[in-house]
Amino acid sequence: MPNVPLVSLTVLGAVLGLDAVSFPQAMLSRPIVAATLGGAVVGDPLSGLLAGAALEFVALETLPVGASRYPEWGSASVVGGALIGSYGEASPGALSMTLFAAIATGWIGGWTMVQLRGLNAAMARRFRAGINAGSPNAVVGLQFAGLFADFLRGGALTLVSLIVFDPLMRAALGVWGASPRYSRAVAIAVAASVASGAVWKLFRGTANARWYLLGGLALGLVAMGVT
Amino acid sequence: MTAQRHLTPGTGTAALRVVPTLPVMIRVQIAIRLFMVQSAWNYELLLGNGVGFCIEPALRLLPGGKGGPAYREALARESQYFNAHPYLAAVAVGALAKAELELAQPARIERFRTALCGPLGSVGDRLVWAGWLPFCSLLALAAYGLGAGPIAVLLLFLGLYNVGHVGLRAWGLSVGWRNGMRVAGALATPVLREGPAHLARAAALVAGIALPLALGRAIGPGRAVLGGVVLIVALMGTLAARLPVWLQGWRLALGVLAIWIAYSLATYTVAR
Repeated sequence: MPNVPLVSLTVLGAVLGLDAVSFPQAMLSRPIVAATLGGAVVGDPLSGLLAGAALEFVALETLPVGASRYPEWGSASVVGGALIGSYGEASPGALSMTLFAAIATGWIGGWTMVQLRGLNAAMARRFRAGINAGSPNAVVGLQFAGLFADFLRGGALTLVSLIVFDPLMRAALGVWGASPRYSRAVAIAVAASVASGAVWKLFRGTANARWYLLGGLALGLVAMGVT
Repeated sequence: MTAQRHLTPGTGTAALRVVPTLPVMIRVQIAIRLFMVQSAWNYELLLGNGVGFCIEPALRLLPGGKGGPAYREALARESQYFNAHPYLAAVAVGALAKAELELAQPARIERFRTALCGPLGSVGDRLVWAGWLPFCSLLALAAYGLGAGPIAVLLLFLGLYNVGHVGLRAWGLSVGWRNGMRVAGALATPVLREGPAHLARAAALVAGIALPLALGRAIGPGRAVLGGVVLIVALMGTLAARLPVWLQGWRLALGVLAIWIAYSLATYTVAR
């Protein structure tokens, strides 16, 4: 990996993975934040922001509702931001590989969260007698044990993902055959397609929202033409 | 400490009970703990242990103090199964802390606790996850599309989102504590009843503006490619909106990207 600070990124991935559910849910774990910070750690926040915006498109579809299973975007976006920041957004295929690595990491991250909830349930069973007896040690202990386990989960996920995807990305970019311009366009088109479908699904149930969407779209297309 | 007159809930008889106001330090402890309410989220208790964890500082004010029988009974009761939106759990924490300190009947507290689960979950999901979060996210994408730099985008998103987030938690704790077991009336506020629909319309407007702008900046210069991408996104987005629930867009994106990567690598091999 070209000069990537693994320790800093692992800690950042752990902290932002923690934000997704455990503490403090301030949405530091949203891709547009986490990928930018991941990029900043490797010295290229602007490339991180590009990956963050593309991943934010995809993340618009997944609402972090209670027991549902969804990709864990915090650690995944740190990985994405670090990868694209390391190789540079101008590198042909960098955005495609970054999005692939980040979405795959988010998918695995979602699985690790399900395992963590199972682990928390096992710990809750162990603490059960104390909880039922109103022991503050049991109640507070279980809470901090869950917090610590989630921190480790996010850190381990980030580290393993960087170790796996960095050499894959380096190898793939070395033999990338498609044109840089189309590579970027395809990656963005895929992400934005998910976003446009998500926006429709999110707001179609609200009275008159489709008219607001169409009005906004008209404004947005005009603004895009101007800028 | 201030004294308040009230009816002891469930007895049907007038009674006097001294209810302490929450000392500032305890209020601060509860407020901080609320940010960790989901730390031990699991499939058995859901948020239950988190609610007990958040209320615990207030329970020290019960007769007998920390470790006394009243404290232990209340902590055990408050640490059982509970479900709510994590931000609006603050309402439950405030109201349940008040009910416990009023020494309300345990059976009544448990019924009240159960009754709170549904509304605090569904209202929070619609208001925050399906309203405020997408609105702030889309606004950040619009700022990105208009050329804002990393710091500006992050400050806009985190600043705006957390004004709503922290404000909702603070309001919840306050309204819960103030109303105790009569909190249902306070939950009928227009913000919670009509807010989700207003937010959804505002977010839809911002979405319309943000998507083309962000797309334009992410693609970069070149009208032909951009025009083609806009058409593809419109077409694919229409299809994505009709995907079955199990086939979420991110799964499809992963598959398409995998095929694209394989194609790009094959192109290099063929060209050689």
